[in-house]
Amino acid sequence: MVMQIIFLIVAVVTLGSAVMVVTVRNLVHAALWLILSLFGVAVTFALLNAPFFTVVEVVIYIGAISILMIFAIMLTRRTMQETGRSVNPGWWLAAFLSLVLFAGLLWMFSTWDGFSTTLPDLPAGVDQVRELGIALVSPNMYVLPFEVASVLLLAALIGAIVVAWERKS
Amino acid sequence: MGDPINSIGNWLESILLGWGLPAGVVSAILALIGVVVLCSLLLVLDIVLVWVERKVVARFQDRLGPNRLGPFGLIQPFADIIKLLIKEDITPAGADKFIYNLPPIIALSTVLLLWAVIPLAPTVLGGDVNVAVLFIVAVGAVGTLGIIMAGWASNNKYALLGAFRTVAQMISYEVPMLIALLIPVLLARSMSLQNIVGAQNVWFIFVVPLAAIIFFISAIAELGRAPFDINEAESEIVAGFHIEYTGMKFGMFYAGELLHAVTVSAVFSSLFLGGWHGPFADQFPVLGVFYLLAKAFILYYVIMWVRYSFPRLRIDQMLGFSWKFLVPLALSLLIVVAILDRILVTSFQVQASTPLYAISMLAANVIIALVTVLGLRSYAKLERKRFPEDRPVAIAPEADFKELIVQE
Repeated sequence: MVMQIIFLIVAVVTLGSAVMVVTVRNLVHAALWLILSLFGVAVTFALLNAPFFTVVEVVIYIGAISILMIFAIMLTRRTMQETGRSVNPGWWLAAFLSLVLFAGLLWMFSTWDGFSTTLPDLPAGVDQVRELGIALVSPNMYVLPFEVASVLLLAALIGAIVVAWERKS
Repeated sequence: MGDPINSIGNWLESILLGWGLPAGVVSAILALIGVVVLCSLLLVLDIVLVWVERKVVARFQDRLGPNRLGPFGLIQPFADIIKLLIKEDITPAGADKFIYNLPPIIALSTVLLLWAVIPLAPTVLGGDVNVAVLFIVAVGAVGTLGIIMAGWASNNKYALLGAFRTVAQMISYEVPMLIALLIPVLLARSMSLQNIVGAQNVWFIFVVPLAAIIFFISAIAELGRAPFDINEAESEIVAGFHIEYTGMKFGMFYAGELLHAVTVSAVFSSLFLGGWHGPFADQFPVLGVFYLLAKAFILYYVIMWVRYSFPRLRIDQMLGFSWKFLVPLALSLLIVVAILDRILVTSFQVQASTPLYAISMLAANVIIALVTVLGLRSYAKLERKRFPEDRPVAIAPEADFKELIVQE
């Protein structure tokens, strides 16, 4: 009961701040609302008893991505002013697509029987993080997707260096 | 006996259960009491820290420090607090009010949050989270966010510059810090700080001294203390991100900074100096709190020592030091430690936390340190040869300058 009330509050905060992200005029405010929304997601992970994902959500999405976003906004825009219109001429297309997506998800979930199944309890004394780590690098589980993701990130890293490289001419 | 904190907890629990409260409510109340007590103690400690910091800096600078109020100037911090409380609270024109008022709270509360995972004694700790090491990094990230908000919301160029510098610094030094944090995790086979402390029959600083040094340097950078204090460099940007804050809001930044130094020292002690380990700590857990604080304060002294002995680095030097020196060093150290650990444990059946294991790790560290020093030496020779060459000098672009004048 208590958990459900907490979940409802967190869900309202998460979705509310997500709406604020796209409606607020000031870009830095939008980024800060995004951070609140991501915090909500992190708390949801905590409610699901997944401490690793909670912390990773905060480290990566708030600690790295959002801060870089704010940094970029502050460097490229005149940050103390309202900047431009918040919708562009193609807004109806985006609205239509998101409506279709939402309807599709709704239809999928209405036919899904996953809501009534209860999760099996982890055996006592199992370290979730350790299990996750082993699963990520064991050859018959997720090592391939994990390595592909790493190569992608490495490519992005090298790409950033190439773009920023000062050519001596 | 020997564990008064848990005895008091059990006693309170039995009383509350005796009143017929449900077990869930009782544990919530006890947790709340624990949080309030720990935070209050830390904040009281913070008041003393003001005095300690001022006294120590006075020693380094050949002064006396506060010495008028009370014996050895001990009452000085209270006078400071009264002064801060009765100062006018100013919000600058054009500031973003809500965001402007949030950062002082974030600055202090993120520091207090770190104590949630630091094991104070074998039986006393906030929460034995299995991701404690990542939690520390996450909380640090939120602290950075607070500084950005302060810099942006103040509507002040110096504050914004300070925030920019902070972000550059934090992002660069988080990388070697994370890699250095991985090494004790690897040695202890766990991310829980309690397990890391428990695994230190031999203190990790004697097993992987290089990791300890890398972590220490990046931790000082995260603290934003000299020689890494360009985010509040007084001679360049006045006070950086907290330039517009007055009275107790400034006081909270200041208190947060001081407490952060001690907290980072406590984290370092838990990771590398054996945490609560010490003579008789297993029989009398309450002694563990004393050992941890003693280690933390010795380290705090070292941090102050560094702070008041070194000049400030330029920003390019600082970022270069992180990316070109600390990150490669930390990465190669991590690779060597991981491979050596694998070889020792699987091929030679040498279990972790045995003396032989520790000695081999130490030898590997010493070899890497020697190679690093030799490399630095040849680099220094190269730099000295390059010295007569023309160096890039910042020159004001004249055309732009004229345009600016026309615009004015």
